[in-house]
Amino acid sequence: MRSRADSDFATPLRPGAPTVALEIDGRAVAVPEGTSVIRAAAQAGIHVPRLCATDSLEPFGSCRLCLVEIDGQRGYPASCTTPVRAGMKVRTESPALARLRRGVMELYISDHPLDCLTCPANGNCELQDMAGAVGLREVRYRDGGASHLHAQKDQSNPYFTFDPSKCIVCSRCVRACEEVQGTFALTIDGRGFSSVISPGQNGPFSASECVSCGACVQACPTATLMEKSVIELGQPEHSVVTTCGYCGVGCSFRAEMKGDLVARMVPNPDGHANHGHACVKGRFAWGYTTHPDRITRPMIRQSIDQPWREVSWRDAIEYAASEFKRIQQKYGRGAVGGITSSRCTNEETFLVQKLVRAAFGNNNVDTCARVCHSPTGYGLKTAFGTSATTQDFESVMQADVIMVIGANVTEGHPVFAARMKRRIRQGAKLIVVDPRVTEIVRLPHVDASHHLQIRPGTNVALINALAHVVVTERLTDEAFAAARCDPHEFAAWKKFVAEPRNSPESMAPVTGVPAASVRAAARMYAAAPNGAIYYGLGVTEHSQGSTMVLGIANLAMATGNIGRPGVGVNPLRGQNNVQGSCDMGSFPHELSGYRHISDEGVRASFDAAWGVRLDPEPGLRIPNMFDAALDGSFKGLYVQGEDVAQSEPNGQHVAAGLRAMECVVLQDLFLNETAKYAHVFLPGSSFLEKNGTFTNSERRISMVRKVAAPPAGKEDWEITCELAAALGYPMKYSHPSEIMDEIARLTPTFSGVSYQTLERLGSVQWPCNDSAPDGTSVMHVDRFVRGKGSFTITECVPTDERTSSEYPLILTTGRILSQYNVGTQTRRTLNAAMHAEDRLEIHPSDAELRGIRDGDWLRVRARHAETRLRALVTERVQPGVVYTTFHHPESRTNDLTTEHSDWATNCPEYKVTAVQVAPEARSAQARAAVAGA
Amino acid sequence: MMANDIGAYFAGYPGHDQAVEGIANHLRNFWEPRMRRELVAYVANGGGDLKPLVREAVLTMARKSPAGSEDVGDG
Repeated sequence: MRSRADSDFATPLRPGAPTVALEIDGRAVAVPEGTSVIRAAAQAGIHVPRLCATDSLEPFGSCRLCLVEIDGQRGYPASCTTPVRAGMKVRTESPALARLRRGVMELYISDHPLDCLTCPANGNCELQDMAGAVGLREVRYRDGGASHLHAQKDQSNPYFTFDPSKCIVCSRCVRACEEVQGTFALTIDGRGFSSVISPGQNGPFSASECVSCGACVQACPTATLMEKSVIELGQPEHSVVTTCGYCGVGCSFRAEMKGDLVARMVPNPDGHANHGHACVKGRFAWGYTTHPDRITRPMIRQSIDQPWREVSWRDAIEYAASEFKRIQQKYGRGAVGGITSSRCTNEETFLVQKLVRAAFGNNNVDTCARVCHSPTGYGLKTAFGTSATTQDFESVMQADVIMVIGANVTEGHPVFAARMKRRIRQGAKLIVVDPRVTEIVRLPHVDASHHLQIRPGTNVALINALAHVVVTERLTDEAFAAARCDPHEFAAWKKFVAEPRNSPESMAPVTGVPAASVRAAARMYAAAPNGAIYYGLGVTEHSQGSTMVLGIANLAMATGNIGRPGVGVNPLRGQNNVQGSCDMGSFPHELSGYRHISDEGVRASFDAAWGVRLDPEPGLRIPNMFDAALDGSFKGLYVQGEDVAQSEPNGQHVAAGLRAMECVVLQDLFLNETAKYAHVFLPGSSFLEKNGTFTNSERRISMVRKVAAPPAGKEDWEITCELAAALGYPMKYSHPSEIMDEIARLTPTFSGVSYQTLERLGSVQWPCNDSAPDGTSVMHVDRFVRGKGSFTITECVPTDERTSSEYPLILTTGRILSQYNVGTQTRRTLNAAMHAEDRLEIHPSDAELRGIRDGDWLRVRARHAETRLRALVTERVQPGVVYTTFHHPESRTNDLTTEHSDWATNCPEYKVTAVQVAPEARSAQARAAVAGA
Repeated sequence: MMANDIGAYFAGYPGHDQAVEGIANHLRNFWEPRMRRELVAYVANGGGDLKPLVREAVLTMARKSPAGSEDVGDG
């Protein structure tokens, strides 16, 4: 059931069409052509009874409750499937209509339990509402006849129940699964009276293709599909609009509350990023916020081999500050630093970097974007002039060819993927570049025209080969390039990619992709009226991550696919506020708005505002911090909301670095892996317990609103302020809105952003300033931010990580839908059961060679570490490639990944690690054989 | 060695001087002063593992912009 707080206009809006004037119940109404009569009436404040219609779904015309009378038209047409016509005269109420509607309702209720008082939907049930609306007073057909009243309830899904006894077979759930989510997990089984909703092959939800997005639950007008949390708590009594704390889609939600308890999260139909849709994480997996593992008291210890000791906030803050001061006194100003979090708000992130730059007096601040999208920052800044996507999400609905490179969209960005799938069902073509057969390659009604199944680590070879075809077959948009890009660089780039060594034929032995497929894909992308590229960590987390981002930018500019809806270069950010954390000046070389720290004018504005003199030199990046710690020159670290011990590559090196530090201050919700090396633990607040803003992958800034008190009593920004004050640098704010005001004063691309702006617009995409007071959906429309678009030479340089006879397989890593990053949050929800362990995917031929069967425990050995994982034998991976996730700490996946990193940004090469794999038993035998020898 | 990786990227630039300048600028813009100092010292001691192009860029960088106008690395 959707939220009571949201209006429902029964059928979708038809924007943009010419207006049609008609009359409904004597009122003059004007709506766009194509609008349904029922929607036109709703917009005029006339509510026609209905059950199968809801404005998130196309009209269906099955419930026969929305019948109306139209002058000159025979019978009683359904107003949901009847479009308006000019001059139409409609009556929504008459004795005949009332009789018909009561008759329909009587039939529905004849096969519906009359348990309203104990029903979990009581108070928010459309069936109940409609019975009242049509004046149903008796039901004549209840006794003796066949019914579904004793149908068994399906409770197999962890988050919702399916009670077919309450089902009116309106098909809203089936249509939501198809139209909104695009999974097609539900169908109507049987005909006539025997019709029932069937998950998969008439089995339980848990055994079907259902991805637990909850679109069906939201669409259901009765208690048939109902959140277990509502069954347990009852109907919510108030709600607050806020923003999801999971992935970079940044879905807007209505947190529906009972007191300070979340009864359910309902995606906001007015949310610009998600338009009322959600995924299993955002909608359901918020239980971690009240998990017993939450730390609610500050703790300290002198050394990491001691037990934690609970202390007051004052003692914890003073101890942390005194340690940082001691370390700086002893080892130098540059011996401490901080790490901001992509899970925290813009305001919190801004304050941490401010603390480092102003209170620590150095630029040793970095963010977890270092290990995911820092090459995007470098590459897009170099090519276009700013480190962000060129588009909004809505742009995909105008794309004709969609190229997805190194992004597992249905797992990592499921709500955006739902929209992408919808566009593909409308006819857009799909090209996928990925070493694995990701889900988007082939789904119901989605079939990639080309899946370029490259070998891991060969992205640049492939992008150069695609560009070679575009240039040598004269598929470039010369007019665009001449008008918008640097002509000398364009000419040099064309000369470079046209060299025979970059041809698909020459690169085929490197990439493993047949040349004909590359040529066909290049032609399809270049010839499209609108070609759009979407990419993820499969692009960035490589030793040539930045080169690949530059290569993508080159290809988009060369084909003129920049500067209008439907095209563009679209990085899909992993965590909820990766974009924001980068925008806020979290990188050691940049202040907010991507301005280099060496820029005297920019620095002067911060110096004046903050009353300090900023260091003009770039600081240490995250990997540099651990290296410096082992060298003995870096001794103290303030980490906000990040688990570096589990998420960084070469985990043993990271652990050694952390162990070498004298004071690690961790601010988080839980005692994560990094806490093992921490000396001070400051209990933080979840996204439900604070105010602030997140910025999603499309540069959209959205409000995060507090719905419950932080269990430890402080929002994260307050903790940072107290630490700064204890360090001798007071930062005084009474509300995060004041922090945003400071950000706006200091950052030209944010100068129009304020909480008032956000309240007015709902959300806003930066740049938001005098030139664009309502924000910017598409960037680089008339000119690039840097002026002329910059083409760069993208020479293919193989990674140093090579396979050998001893390590013959390439391990690549990724994520899964139900889990989030290192699992700190999702493992503490019922999602844990959906992905209880990380498994190693291995191709059947590689498995057979090694005597591996599905489910076997394996030893996975890299050059510097090994771990244990269970096998998942599958053709999703190609021969020679194995794949796993990193959601469970016991998997120690990132012990295996190497120290190789992107040449420009140090972004780790998570995607390429040479390994050997063997069943555990065989390893034992081998060890015994060696011992025997 | 990361400096060689940077060098490998800029080696693709059309001209030698452009490549040297690209490497030097990159090091200056993104490397923390103590790292740059270590690199300069390494080159001063022969820079054995560094590619010639990178060695030249490091010397260019050291000549044009001494590492760190303000020392925050040492105590």
